[in-house]
Formats: sequence, structure tokens, C-alpha cells
Amino acid sequence: MFKFFLIKLAQLVPTFIGVTIVAFAFIRLLPGDPILLMAGERGISAERYAQLESQMGFDRSLVVQYLDFLKGLLHGDLGNSLVTHAPVMDEFMSRFPATLELSLFALAFAVIIGLPAGVLAAVKRGKTLDHTIMGVSLTGYSMPIFWWGLLLIMLFSSTLGWTPVSGRISYMYFIEPVTGFMTIDSLIAGDWGAFLSALHYLILPSIVLGTIPLAVIARQTRSSMLEVLGEDYVRTARAKGLSNFRVIMVHTLRNALISVVTVIGLQVGLLLAGAILTETIFSWPGIGKWMIDAISRRDYPSVQGGLVLIAFIVMIVNLLVDLAYGVINPRIRH
Amino acid sequence: MSTISTPAAPGSFRYQLASFWSDFSASRGALVGLIFIVFILLVALFAPWVAPHDPAMQDRAALLVPPVWHAEGSWNYILGTDAVGRDILSRLIFGARYSLSISAMVVVISMGVGIFLGLLAGYFRGWIETVITRVMDVVLAFPSLLLALGLVAILSPGLTSAMIAIALVQLPYFVRLTRAAVIGEKNREYVIASRLSGAGHLRLMFNTLLPNCMAPLIVQATLSFSTAILDIAALGFLGMGVQPPTPEWGAMLANAREFMGSAYWAVTFPGLIILLTVLMINLMGDGLRDALDPKMKRS
Repeated sequence: MFKFFLIKLAQLVPTFIGVTIVAFAFIRLLPGDPILLMAGERGISAERYAQLESQMGFDRSLVVQYLDFLKGLLHGDLGNSLVTHAPVMDEFMSRFPATLELSLFALAFAVIIGLPAGVLAAVKRGKTLDHTIMGVSLTGYSMPIFWWGLLLIMLFSSTLGWTPVSGRISYMYFIEPVTGFMTIDSLIAGDWGAFLSALHYLILPSIVLGTIPLAVIARQTRSSMLEVLGEDYVRTARAKGLSNFRVIMVHTLRNALISVVTVIGLQVGLLLAGAILTETIFSWPGIGKWMIDAISRRDYPSVQGGLVLIAFIVMIVNLLVDLAYGVINPRIRH
Repeated sequence: MSTISTPAAPGSFRYQLASFWSDFSASRGALVGLIFIVFILLVALFAPWVAPHDPAMQDRAALLVPPVWHAEGSWNYILGTDAVGRDILSRLIFGARYSLSISAMVVVISMGVGIFLGLLAGYFRGWIETVITRVMDVVLAFPSLLLALGLVAILSPGLTSAMIAIALVQLPYFVRLTRAAVIGEKNREYVIASRLSGAGHLRLMFNTLLPNCMAPLIVQATLSFSTAILDIAALGFLGMGVQPPTPEWGAMLANAREFMGSAYWAVTFPGLIILLTVLMINLMGDGLRDALDPKMKRS
């Protein structure tokens, strides 16, 4: 198992170097000169330009700049944002919990509904219920989530007035950030009202972000359940006279979960891509919205740092999924 | 297995086609999807004749007119008008041209390049394979939409850059599938026989191996097509794709967003047509997979 882990980890190194090269090349290919951009409308003198250029290291060769970038990266230093002048690492870390909280709620929503729906569809295979569940999940799978978000806002926020339109918590509350998770921080502060408000603000964005993963999980659960239901050991379990419920829950579901867990893990990349759209629609102050703003403002260091960190997170999660797969399914290890 | 009455000999192309069709048409969903796609393709093709109005024409006397089933609606503007008095139905019809043609180009580009790289990787193995798979891993490490957004920012927002960006994001799936299929087929007897009879690398790759690796690639192409439609619309919605006033579906949604409270139709219909198109393509894709992939046939 440890060897398996080391091999997987070693395979990540070239990919990670590739990611840093892409992120580094990225901002040098973006049109527009960052120094002219910083100077704004007023323009800039030639001496000041040269001074800023050497101050930010843009006058050195690309290879030196890249190695410098790598060195900083290994020390957790991604440079400063051109807009706020704060370290990119701090900017990212202060927003990441918002995205993580939203993604976890979305994933929970997807699993809690998608898993039982998939099991039910497999058990009722070919019946109306199966067709209905599969039809709904294919619709969810095909959903343009930016439209889905607007639709839900129109219905639940504008027309019915049940849910808030944007933000993480009502302006009436100010919660001191400890973990960055609004729900946990409000509980730490002991403010029950703030906790409920935070939950209230999470409902719609979580549903929107969780819709596609829900559909994927339901479809995967159904197909792996059907696969396992055809196995000999399931027939044996039935022949032993076990109850239908026990055969399905213990003998089938547990084995079907192997591939479902993998699929759930692979949703992380999808969640981060979906977070860009969801956060834009709901003005959710997470890294998706931050990246969009950084790209449109040509905030080079933020785009570069954000790309590396996001890719790093996706890679780590995929590694963990691989490992989890190796643990629950020993057949894959060799 | 098959109950076709055509006298085609088993193994012939006609027999395979008939067998494929009987499997494909066995699924009602796949047929519905196919019919819808053909319909919307025809509408897109004949847009200037089908659309009731010019998609760019602004009727100053009819701003935000509701759809026909409202008391204030009129048959002149069946699905209503947007904030500057343009007919929504006509814009949707012309929008189909952009969505479908860009997505089709995306699939052609990424499938073509992906097959080529996948064949190289699976056929030659060694360092070529290592380089290609590593580069694809790097592409996959970024969330697709983020990478597409960044590429569009480099290439400057617009139709062509959106197309290239999304094609690149889709590329790894074609490369991986082709590579895996080639590795699976490479040591089969018919390939060895062909090599022994003197076929060169190119002939082996494109004439012998490729046709036998096509089934999963066709299924992936439909998946790619629907993902491309969604991504194009998402880029348009974020203002980084096809630029207004072009009647692209995602850009229409972005424009209508500020009138969400007062004019639901301007938001509802563009999204609905995106959903329907993607759903129908996916339905067709499911049918294709069942018909082409013998392993999946049972479930």
C-alpha cells in the first residue's frame, strides 16, 4: 500500500511542474502590459517604468523569472496582487473556505439525494419509477447551471421571497472569521440566529452547484448496483434466504459503492468549475468569483497563483480518490 | 440476436449498420433525441426563412413585450421581446446556428487532434506516450471552465477563441480513449497479420487500428458536443464568449439577467433551449452507447 502511494505521488511531480509552467506562461501571454495597467490613465515616465520593471523583476530572462516563481512557490510565496497589493496566498486563503463550504454542502446535497435515488432506480429497474428517476437525472446532467440558478432566484427569491439572492449571511450579523466557514464560525460565536442565516444563504447556491454531481452520482449508483446485482455472490445471498432489504443494502450496495466513491471524488474538479458560475450568479465571495475578477482585471500574480493552487487542490483530491480506491478495492493495487 | 429481415451477410457493412440501427432505435429516448436534433439542425440551417423577424431588428414600440399567452402579448412576437425590442424567438433560432456550428467545430478539432495524439501514444508507446499523457494530465488538472476562461482571456474574447479554448479542454478525453483502445487492439491477430504483410506505420495506425477503435470515440463525440454547447453558453454568459449583439444563447441570458424581476421570458427561453438541446444530445448519446458498446448492452 505504501509503495502504491509513493508511485502515485511520484507520478504527480511532472504533472505539477507542467501546471506551474502553464500558469507561468499564462500570464506572460495575457495581452496588456501589467505596469502600464497599474499606471492607469495618467501614463508613466520612462524612468519610473524601468524602475517598476526591475522592482517586479520583469526585466530578467524568462527562465530566471520562472525559477524565481518556483522558489517562491515552494516557500508559499506567490507574490502580491496588483490590485490590492496583498499577498496572493492570503487573498486565496481568505476566500477558499467560502468555496469549500459551498462545495461541501453541494456535495452533501448531491450524495443525500443521488445515492438513494440511484439505488431505488436499480431496484425498480424498468419500472416507471426507474424511468422517472433516470429522466430527471439526465435532465439535471444536461442543466446549464447558470440558467438554473437564475431560474431558482426568480422563483424562490423574487416571487416567493423565501431565500436571499446573494451573499453568505444577512448584513445584520457580523461573525469574526475563525475557520472561514460561516456555519462553523457562527456556532463558535454562539450566535444561533447567524447560524440559521448562514444556512439560509447556502440553500440555493448548494442546490445549483450540486445538481450536476447529483445526476452523475444517481446514474453511477444505478449502473454499478445493476452490475453487482448480476454477480454470483448476490445470487448466493438470495439463495441463503436473506431478506431482499438485506441483500440490497449489505451485499449489493456495499460493493457497488466502490465505483460510486470514485465518482464522488472525481466531482471535485467539476465542483470547482461549477463554483465559478455559481459564485458569479449568487455573488458568493469565493475563489471562483475572485479568479473571474482577477482575469478581467489582468491581475497577473493572482491569476498565476490561483491557477497553481486550484490545480494543486484538484490533483491532491484525485490522488486521495486513487488511494481510497486502492484501499476499498485491493484488486486495483497491482 | 438480431431479427432483421434484410438478407445482408453477417459481417458486411450493411449488416453492421442494420444491427446498429435496430439496437439504437430500440431506445425510445435515443429516437426522440435524434428527431429533435435533426429538427433543430434544419431550423438552424434555414434560419433566415424560418425566423419571423430579423434577429437584430429593434422595435422601439415593443420593448419587453411578454409572450403571446399573456394579455399584453401579441402574435407578432410569440416568445416576447427583449429590453431593446428584439424578437426572442428569432434570436433563439439564429442563436442555434452559433451554438451548433461552434460546438460541431469544437468536436471536429478536439476529436481530430485527440485521435492523432492518442494513436501516436498508443502505437509507439515509449517516450512519445509519456510526453503526451503527461501534457494531457496537466490539462486535466485545471477545472475545464477556468482553463477555457483563461485561454479566452489570452486570445481576446470572441467566437474563435472560445472555440479553440473549449476544443483544448475536451482534448484529453479523446486522447485517453484512443490510446486505451489502440493499446487494446494493437496485439490482436488482424493487426499482426497486417503488419506481417508489410503495412507501414501510417497504414497500420489509420487503416487497420483506427476503424476498430471508433465506437467509444463516437460516444465521446456526442458527449463532447453537448458539453461544448454548455461551455460556449457559459463563456457567453460570463461575457467571455461570443460577443453581443450576436444572438448567442448564453450571451442572451447575460443580457436578460438585469430584467429577471420584470421579464421572466427573456431569461427563461434561452436557458430552456440550451437545456433541451443538451438533453436531447445526451439522450441520443445514451442510445449510441448502448448500441455501440457491447459491454454496456445488458444494463
